[in-house]
Amino acid sequence: MAVPLPGDKTVVAQNYPLYIRSVPTESELKFHYMVHTSLDVVDEKISAMGKALVDQRELYLGLLYPTEDYKVYGYVTNSKVKFVMVVDSSNTALRDNEIRSMFRKLHNSYTDVMCNPFYNPGDRIQSRAFDSMVTSMMVQVC
Amino acid sequence: MEAAAGGGCGSGPPLLLSEGEQQCYSELFARCAGAAGGGPGSGPPEAARAAPGAATAAAGPVADLFRASQLPAETLHQITELCGAKRVGYFGPTQFYVALKLIAAAQSGLPVRIESIKCELPLPRFMMSKTDAEIRFGNPAELHGTKVQIPYLITEKSTFKRMDDEEKQQETQSPAMSPLASPPSSPPHYQRVPLSHGYSKLRSSTEQMHPAPYEARQSLVQPEGPSSGGPGPKPPRHQASLIRSFSVERELQDHSNYPDEPWRITEEQREYYVNQFRSLQPDPSSFISGSVAKNFFTKSKLSIPELSYIWELSDADCDGALTLPEFCAAFHLIVARKNGYPLPEGLPPTLQPEYLQAAFPKPKWECTLFDSYSESMPANQQPRDLNRMEKLSVKDMADFPAPTQDVTGDDKQALTSATDEALPKDISEDSATPKDSNSLKARPRSRSYSSTSIEEAMKRGEDPPTPPPRPQKTHSRASSLDLNKVFQPSVPASKSGLLPPPPALPPRPCPSQSEPASEAELHSQLNRAPSQAAESSPTKKDIPYSQPPSKPIRRKFRPENQATESQEPSTTVGGPASVATVKPHPAVQKQSSKQKKAIQTAIRKNKEANAVLARLNSELQQQLKEVHQERIALENQLEQLRPVTVL
Repeated sequence: MAVPLPGDKTVVAQNYPLYIRSVPTESELKFHYMVHTSLDVVDEKISAMGKALVDQRELYLGLLYPTEDYKVYGYVTNSKVKFVMVVDSSNTALRDNEIRSMFRKLHNSYTDVMCNPFYNPGDRIQSRAFDSMVTSMMVQVC
Repeated sequence: MEAAAGGGCGSGPPLLLSEGEQQCYSELFARCAGAAGGGPGSGPPEAARAAPGAATAAAGPVADLFRASQLPAETLHQITELCGAKRVGYFGPTQFYVALKLIAAAQSGLPVRIESIKCELPLPRFMMSKTDAEIRFGNPAELHGTKVQIPYLITEKSTFKRMDDEEKQQETQSPAMSPLASPPSSPPHYQRVPLSHGYSKLRSSTEQMHPAPYEARQSLVQPEGPSSGGPGPKPPRHQASLIRSFSVERELQDHSNYPDEPWRITEEQREYYVNQFRSLQPDPSSFISGSVAKNFFTKSKLSIPELSYIWELSDADCDGALTLPEFCAAFHLIVARKNGYPLPEGLPPTLQPEYLQAAFPKPKWECTLFDSYSESMPANQQPRDLNRMEKLSVKDMADFPAPTQDVTGDDKQALTSATDEALPKDISEDSATPKDSNSLKARPRSRSYSSTSIEEAMKRGEDPPTPPPRPQKTHSRASSLDLNKVFQPSVPASKSGLLPPPPALPPRPCPSQSEPASEAELHSQLNRAPSQAAESSPTKKDIPYSQPPSKPIRRKFRPENQATESQEPSTTVGGPASVATVKPHPAVQKQSSKQKKAIQTAIRKNKEANAVLARLNSELQQQLKEVHQERIALENQLEQLRPVTVL
């Protein structure tokens, strides 16, 4: 297999992770750290929006900040659940639209998880459907 | 690649295997090696690849495998020699793969030479491993429904007889986990092992044809086991396959080729699920909300992650609510899980909502047995239902209502006789029985809200005993349903004695059906004693489903009619035939009716309490029985273990 591109998806609420997943298992801790630091940027963007109407477009926060190795994208739902995606910078094929669509899929899966009455909001997400969706997305990217 | 990893002795030219061959061979090797003792399960190819380096395939299973390739014995000898096993004395991975490749060559007609293995060859075909390999790797082209799996199922048991159930289980689970296995193949894997275990528990009730062929196959397999010859397994295999295909054909109700019996819902199970659904949500075409379903399923005492997973599987549209087919699927999965089946990776085809809806389009309204049974169970008895489901099969569930109702039937018989003289008798039992089942429905509903009696119901404006229109209950199974007869006397009692209480039940969704007819029924009911029920019953028969919709209408009507009807019921007391005589003496009738009212109320309350207690009693007795059985089982176990421990 070619060198896998690091992809890291995180679903965060109240600033603790509900779900975290990364493709290369090495340096996973680094991704966790990046996600946590990017939460600050997310909060910044949310507060910057102020009392503006939150519509679909503004749920997607776009590129939070680029570093030399990776790019971080953010997305926040109306219930203040944050999705953070970390992608390798060398993967130039990923366009903005693709990122948006990925976030949309994540959001849909997340709402499906929410619909399950046995899921308490704030629990770690253990849904197999959600897992498989995330895996397929990451495989697609890599 | 494999040759390099295999090590051992370099036997001839390097072995080049394609990806598919690699997987196939490593699986086969792992299986043979596993049979030798403690080999790894045939998991993902990587694991299998790693394992062969350390293990060797035992001669027994390997010999069986080769024989299954249906090559002549001398060819097999040649192959064994060539691959180097004779030389080294064991089947290492290298030798095994070379042998497999040579078998493939021989099967495609090439001469058995070392050079043959250099060519591109199809996978070697073994009587069982062909299907095995292709099932495992999800080759849909080869999956001819059940027929393919027949030799697989049989030969699994016959060829690898050394493998005990754990390994089988391991195998069934690991292919399911592997990313290569397609979801539809996983139920057959799962079902293979439980077939020999508690499957009959689940299906014993109605589907007798299922256990029978399985038992036949089991008995066939056992003689297969000891037989070691190649030709030996084949005739029983064919016989078993015939039986199996026969049973499968009988199973196949429609298009489906699905041999996944554990995931197929039987008629009885279906009815039970439907009735449970109706106890939670009266209208079968609407759905159960998430919280209601959650409470209900939590009573099954499965863990929350498992329930969460079951929900995920069954709520196909992910709307947070369960329609009837989704509910049946979820319930069935819970039942299966409680009986020990592992949960599938994906929703089995027979549990898909479309399939369920197609197979069973309409819930059975006529099934009074389960209807009255399930609905006369108050909510607090539902946990006992599910607890019993843990231990009993559905068959026992079917048995259970009968004794319950017999018990309750007895005291209700007594009640019938007691109140006969006090009340005007129903002319036709037909009219009474629909009433009774409705009253059954009605009363337990109120009981489910308040576990006590009519008083509270009346206070809250509910009407347990007098639902006006009743669907025609044909009593397919419940002709001996004494419950109906039992409630019969209390119905006229309440009707004649009481002020017409407002209707009982929670608002039904579509009160649009036949409003005028139900109005007429309401009027007739309110104005007439039960004798008039004979007249109204034809109208009721015309509108089998009118009972639900008319109730909210009745509620609307009540306040209107309350004033007008309040004098009427007093006049209705005194019997049907004597309507004329009632009118001249309204005052006298009022007083006596009030007294009667009080007495009848009390009687009814006592009857109901009695019924509840009787039911409770029978349930507790059932549980006691079960506990006794458990105790006996444990004592047996203790006895078995005692000689070992006491030295």
